[in-house]
Amino acid sequence: MTASGKLTLTVLLSVFGIIFIYPLLWLIFASLKPNQEVFSTLGLIPSHFVWDSYVKGWIGIGKNSFSRFFVNTIALVVPVVLLTAVSSTLVAYGFARFRFPMRRVLFMLMMATLMLPDAVVMIPRYILFKNFGWLNTYLPFYIPSLLAVHAFFVFLLIQFFRGIPKDLDEAALIDGCGSFGILVKVLVPLSKPALFSVCIFQFIWTWNEFFNALIYINSVTKFPVSLGLRMVLDNEGAVHWNQVMAMSVVTILPCVLVFFMAQKHFVEGISTTGLKG
Amino acid sequence: MNKLRLTASQPAVLKQRSLLKRSHGLLGLLYISPWLIGFLILTLYPFVSSFIYSFTDYSMIRPPSFVGLQNYVDIFTNDPDFYKSLKVTFYYVLMAVPLKLIFALLVALVLSVQLKGINIFRTVYYLPSILGGSVAVSVLWRFLFMREGLVNKLLSYVSVAPIDWLGSPKLALFTITLLPVWEFGSSMVLFLAGLKQVPKELYEAARVDGSSRARTFFNITLPMLTPVILFNLIMQTIHAFQQFTAAFVITGGGPVKSTYVYGMLLYDNAFHFFKMGYASALSWILFVIIMAFTFLLLKTSNRWTHYEDGEGQL
Repeated sequence: MTASGKLTLTVLLSVFGIIFIYPLLWLIFASLKPNQEVFSTLGLIPSHFVWDSYVKGWIGIGKNSFSRFFVNTIALVVPVVLLTAVSSTLVAYGFARFRFPMRRVLFMLMMATLMLPDAVVMIPRYILFKNFGWLNTYLPFYIPSLLAVHAFFVFLLIQFFRGIPKDLDEAALIDGCGSFGILVKVLVPLSKPALFSVCIFQFIWTWNEFFNALIYINSVTKFPVSLGLRMVLDNEGAVHWNQVMAMSVVTILPCVLVFFMAQKHFVEGISTTGLKG
Repeated sequence: MNKLRLTASQPAVLKQRSLLKRSHGLLGLLYISPWLIGFLILTLYPFVSSFIYSFTDYSMIRPPSFVGLQNYVDIFTNDPDFYKSLKVTFYYVLMAVPLKLIFALLVALVLSVQLKGINIFRTVYYLPSILGGSVAVSVLWRFLFMREGLVNKLLSYVSVAPIDWLGSPKLALFTITLLPVWEFGSSMVLFLAGLKQVPKELYEAARVDGSSRARTFFNITLPMLTPVILFNLIMQTIHAFQQFTAAFVITGGGPVKSTYVYGMLLYDNAFHFFKMGYASALSWILFVIIMAFTFLLLKTSNRWTHYEDGEGQL
């Protein structure tokens, strides 16, 4: 391609990129503006910076501040991520390295669950969890992770394990490793990028999770940030815009930080699940 | 010395290997057992029982009572919300999915050209999609498109009167449809990965043949990308049919149910009215619709999808 062609493309991409990212930038800067200024000017920079939107927004409603919601979210997300990583690794190892009866059928069933709409299982799951007495706890999030229900992650790891030469397993076997030893000492260290993607994806998805939180968690003291933010929106949305914006920024910040720290793995991880593994 | 050790340990290794082989089957099952248990209890059982619930009247207070096809009859003959939400959802799916994928493909094509700072662009375009169905993004959308919001502010500079994006039944659904399009990044990354896998020799050959850029695109790039397009189409369609958060948070399904997507209809019946049997029937209708779409895509894909090894892979 010619140099001028490249320049045109770069300019085009830049303009387009600014348009796409502008809403997010605007959200951040508007949260620092005095409330009456939020919608009255188009520019990003506030006439003077106000931090009290963050301070007041953080207080939340009633007795429940965002400190509470953040602690809750971490208590929800961290175990889910860890459980997902462990269970998906074990299951992927089983599928990738062992022959067992009905392996093909089970694998196909697992792949089929990738395409199974959640809507069709959500009601009996809810009734099941209610009967277990798990409503208003985080168990409806922990247990499915423990049981590797998110087939996407298992699939991602299977694809990755398949790319690791079996000779390495054999070598470890000769060195006296058992099957679990092979997994822990050979495959897991080599699969760090894939495992990393699993953790990041699960972190972001669970952090943003709204629907399940909405149906399973009903006391405000146990709200994760997604429910907390919605509550604030319903209460303050029409009045204290800058506070709602400030809390929106705060709730997406962890995801954005994780994304920037782990960008490379992110893209790699997605590519691994590509159709040609 | 070396040789000696090797021969000495050989039988032990062989023995260990054969042991491992014999227990291999059981071990494999052991490793997949978390998933197997999860599948049976959290997927298969709910799948079957929601079908059974769909023939019952079940309010969770009393045990389910069998009502035959009554739920389905009621849905099809006596529930205007059903038809309304079906229409809304079809509009949403048929608009959002193609728009998102066309966007993703176009940007991926441009990004696949070797440019400086390509990573910055990729990051910028990808960023919105990691925020996915979060409440914060819905909040952002509300502030962008409310009457005094940013978009109207922008339009006022070119003397366009404020538009009631979210308050008008005609526009609200369109406004919500724009949200997934904004989050095209994840599909774009898949396309980029697909583009990388197109063999360089093909482009070389096309160049030698003096093929025009458009021809190269339609004869090489696009056919080689069809598996990724199919994958994206299926996953995005399944996802879009179950849209909930944006409609729920931004407009609450309004005004006059113009954004009342199927996901909201399901939610209201199941978790507001606790009509579990009725909601199960609704979920099965959605399931059948989604399966029909997926089947249609897969079925027709034989005609438009190209696989290098000559056989379907999906």
